[in-house]
Amino acid sequence: MRYIEPHAHMVSRVTDDYERMAVAGCEAVCEPAFWAGFDRGSAAGFYDYFRQLTEHEPKRAARFGLKHFCWLCINPKESEDVKLAAEVIALIPEFLNRPNVLGIGEIGLNKNSRNELKVLEMQVDLAARYKQLILVHTPHLEDKLKGTRLILDVLKSDKRIRPERVIIDHVEEHTVGLVLGAGFWAGMTLYPETKCSPARAIDILETYGQKRIWLNSACDWGVSDPLAVPKTAVEMKKRGHHAMAIDKVIYQNPRTFLAQCPKFEIRGSVKD
Amino acid sequence: MTQQQVLDLYFLDARHKLIEVAAFLDRIERAAGKDDFRLKAFRAALGKLNGRQKHKARRVLLAFSDPTTKPVVEATAKGAVGAWPGSH
Repeated sequence: MRYIEPHAHMVSRVTDDYERMAVAGCEAVCEPAFWAGFDRGSAAGFYDYFRQLTEHEPKRAARFGLKHFCWLCINPKESEDVKLAAEVIALIPEFLNRPNVLGIGEIGLNKNSRNELKVLEMQVDLAARYKQLILVHTPHLEDKLKGTRLILDVLKSDKRIRPERVIIDHVEEHTVGLVLGAGFWAGMTLYPETKCSPARAIDILETYGQKRIWLNSACDWGVSDPLAVPKTAVEMKKRGHHAMAIDKVIYQNPRTFLAQCPKFEIRGSVKD
Repeated sequence: MTQQQVLDLYFLDARHKLIEVAAFLDRIERAAGKDDFRLKAFRAALGKLNGRQKHKARRVLLAFSDPTTKPVVEATAKGAVGAWPGSH
């Protein structure tokens, strides 16, 4: 089995997790910028975080033959402070040419507030001006439906944004149709209690098909599983899905989307 | 998969989860206090499981969701609780 982990917060994981992922067949891991579990006090804190994502984590992953890529932004949970967000956004262009940076993400909404929406628009503008791919976080639980609708409105109203260059993550049964129907890519997150279980993610694949959709673990500092993607592949196998169909969802689809950024290369992959 | 295969693969797991839901409701009913908005939403969501209507998971998720469309004035907290306090 080969797979790409397109959404994992490895700064919060121990080195053993890189090894376990490599053993399970992971060929590349992609790390969106996110909330550290507490609010950073200044833009300087984000500067150091961006250095960690672009300098330190690729070296940690490389010890196990894993390619490490990342996305940069100020995340929605820290977007209520618009002044801080503007300072952080001003730092990002300096990092965009670094070899493992894929685009702007995970931007989006958390509590669907006016300020979060303003910062989302600022970061969509940044991505458009620098012709970057976009990875979008949708809110949790009761806020997801409303947040997904507001995010789609922002993206669709900016005519510079091409839906095929945007992935909207953390979709569930009530939002996946909205995202795919608008032409965007959809990410399903395999996360205990608050997002999709492997069984539900496969239900969604069987209902909506395998086009423009990927699976990720979004493993972070919370209770989460860095092996959720290969475990879901096993679940697909149990249901009788063909090996080629599994490969499409866990390897080919993320590669197709991510390869829109020329920096996304996986050397040594098995040829199709 | 056939219905038989789905049952073979998932029946025990679903049975286990259903009993957990029943035990949760028993626990709630033994405890002192009034229903809050989460429990009201939970009971409304349970109603989506009856009958032969399709897309039950989607309908349950919608029962817990904020259906409004305007951004809130300010984010006063970071977390979500799982149910919308308003009424559908």
